[in-house]
Amino acid sequence: MKFNSATWQRLLPFLSLAALFLFLSIASPNFLTPTNLTAIVRQTATINIMALGMTLVIVSGGIDLSVGAILGFAGTVGAMAMAQGLPIPVGIAVGLLCGLFWGFVNGICTTSLKIPPFIVTLGTLGIVRGITLIISGGLPVVGLPREFESLADGTLAGIPSVLCVLAVCAALTHLVLHSTKLGRYTYAIGSNKDAAVYAGIPVARYTVAVYAISGMLTGLAGMIEASRLMTGQPTAGQGYELQVIAAVVIGGGSLTGGEGSVIGTLIGAFIMGLLSNGSDLLGVNPYVQQALIGAIIILAVAVDEARKRRFRQ
Amino acid sequence: MLLDLQGIEKHFGGITALESGDLQVQAGEIHALVGENGAGKSTLMKVVAGMLRRDGGVMRWKGELADFTRPAEAHQASISMVHQESLLAPHLNVAENIFLGREAAKGPLLDHRRMEDKARRLIAEHGFPLDAAARVQELSPAQKQLVEICRALHSTSSLLIFDEPTSSLSDAEAGEVFRIAQNLRDRGMGIIYITHRLAELRPIADRITILRDGRTVHSGPITEVSTGQIVHHMVGREVSAIYEREKCAAGAERLRVELPGIRFALHAGEIVGIAGLMGAGRTELCQTIFGVTPTAHGSISVDGQLTAINSPQDAVRNGIALITEDRQQTGLTLSMPISANVTLANLDGVIRNGFVSRPQEHSVAEQFRDRLRIRAASVDQPVGRLSGGNQQKVVIAKWLYCDAKILLFDEPTRGIDVGAKAEVFALMDELARDGVAILMVSSELPELLQVADRILVMRDGAMVTELPRSTTQQEIMQHAAVSS
Repeated sequence: MKFNSATWQRLLPFLSLAALFLFLSIASPNFLTPTNLTAIVRQTATINIMALGMTLVIVSGGIDLSVGAILGFAGTVGAMAMAQGLPIPVGIAVGLLCGLFWGFVNGICTTSLKIPPFIVTLGTLGIVRGITLIISGGLPVVGLPREFESLADGTLAGIPSVLCVLAVCAALTHLVLHSTKLGRYTYAIGSNKDAAVYAGIPVARYTVAVYAISGMLTGLAGMIEASRLMTGQPTAGQGYELQVIAAVVIGGGSLTGGEGSVIGTLIGAFIMGLLSNGSDLLGVNPYVQQALIGAIIILAVAVDEARKRRFRQ
Repeated sequence: MLLDLQGIEKHFGGITALESGDLQVQAGEIHALVGENGAGKSTLMKVVAGMLRRDGGVMRWKGELADFTRPAEAHQASISMVHQESLLAPHLNVAENIFLGREAAKGPLLDHRRMEDKARRLIAEHGFPLDAAARVQELSPAQKQLVEICRALHSTSSLLIFDEPTSSLSDAEAGEVFRIAQNLRDRGMGIIYITHRLAELRPIADRITILRDGRTVHSGPITEVSTGQIVHHMVGREVSAIYEREKCAAGAERLRVELPGIRFALHAGEIVGIAGLMGAGRTELCQTIFGVTPTAHGSISVDGQLTAINSPQDAVRNGIALITEDRQQTGLTLSMPISANVTLANLDGVIRNGFVSRPQEHSVAEQFRDRLRIRAASVDQPVGRLSGGNQQKVVIAKWLYCDAKILLFDEPTRGIDVGAKAEVFALMDELARDGVAILMVSSELPELLQVADRILVMRDGAMVTELPRSTTQQEIMQHAAVSS
């Protein structure tokens, strides 16, 4: 590979992440400690896993604003199942199925009602959150089995279990996006939907699949969130959709579709995770933090757009 | 001398788009600017119109050194460009589009009445069939072109640049555009006319400048060069511009179409042409056969079997392929590599153990690259970076890879240059010999007459007659244009 300026620019997100990591290691003695690193992994796991699904959705040219609400729904219903005495794996499966179901609904609504996904998922955001509050009466679901805690806080061979879950999900999503029919069609649909239709691709079916997978990953994130809080919080996940979309976009995903990658998204999510953790450690005012992350989003996309423009010429 | 360009250079990153562009245009002449795709015609014109900054060379406008950094500066100097693709706002009306960016105002408010009045006068002055209050969305491509022309004329230009104004128009409509260009010339304007259609050039142009690989290779009065010489200058080698196809025996019936007003059969080894004016329903016919706009009224049979085609998927499954008239919009995913575009309609062919096999895909794409002579350094190159002719070959490769037996070509030579046209025709001929049945829609009558075995003529959504290959352009036009 030639190391020209285009290559450097493509590596920029990764280099920024590395630089941020290096800077925080020097700036704060508390950063490079096992406790803190584990904390970062645990804090970012939910956003990371949701962002994997959102990568698929965004690559297909869509958007899903309802993921935060779906996370709350899945966590709450999964927790209710366990509180009713169902075994933990069944509870987790219930959470996944809840996510799958709402993803499916999103996909069906955009494809068969021909409503733009922004509007469909803006609608389901409200619907799902509303239903979650109705069935829970607005109260957190308590009484979860003690062992459920290990999903978010446990370790597997010394590695935080959420990191293992994230790694498996990321590897699978990467494989799907890169090497399966679904992945190829996702890029094709996002790149030029008409051309995909004219190539005889069942575009609607694959679009529904993309939203369903995103929903399912969000369901999983919901269960991890429930395990972290050890309650099913009907209000969990509020505003997460914006963080998730930001992670994908910082990682090179394009809201016009056809572009984005799992690796980019992971880098994007970790950049945001490090920024928030680092600001905490360095005592940066949380209000400033918000503004900082907002600025980073614009900066990252501006750099990425500049790269693409040069590439096109 | 109105415009004098000497040694204009333009580079994009490492790529040289223009090496040495020379062009002299006088007031009161139509100056044809020709060249293959990528020869630098559009780049040169964008430099003149202030849309691109040149990297080198000298530009004189009315005898004085000029350097337009923005389109607005070129406008002020009275230079306008009529674009190839419509750059109109579809939701606004004709008058609003004509005045877009230089609206008439009464204080802080827009003066709608004055703009509409001025637009009406402008339209009437040139006798255009346009309504100033009509929404641009509802206009035909030819009318949109007229709106573009009005917009350029409004700024009372000394120099008007037409960037392939007739590429999306039927012959009758193209004739209208020529009439307008001649009119403007007679009023003393300088006209630069970019085109791919060599035949249409001769009667209207005064002088011609030919670009090849970013250099001006010839410039002079059009009467002094033959069409053969023009082609020779354009491609830098001999090309038989007139392609002759030998007729071969048609085989078994592949496709039978019976729709209201339309009834024909297509046989293996046959190329059937479809002629007609714009809006005669030719593209719609292709889209119906291909399942994009399925119809309940009528039937389609494939290989003698009545077949329901309700979606492109059904069509592809039955071996029908559509090479659309707008390949960038509906034929290709431009940001994806050649390899992914070739396998798009038959991804199963490169799936091994459930996963897309990159090596397999690569070798498939390379086979097609070699067979169709697609000029690209690597099949990993994004399709968007190829020339029109090579893009068209990628579309064809996509359908050959899924073994389509019935190919519908809708305007197969649109926007591709002379050399690539000959190659596309040779390919169609080869496919027909291999037993593929081909339906070819084209507004280029000479091309239809060269390639098709017989020609079906459409008018107002119905098929009006079938003509043998030995027919003439006049005869086709008579059936296509005149209602009996």
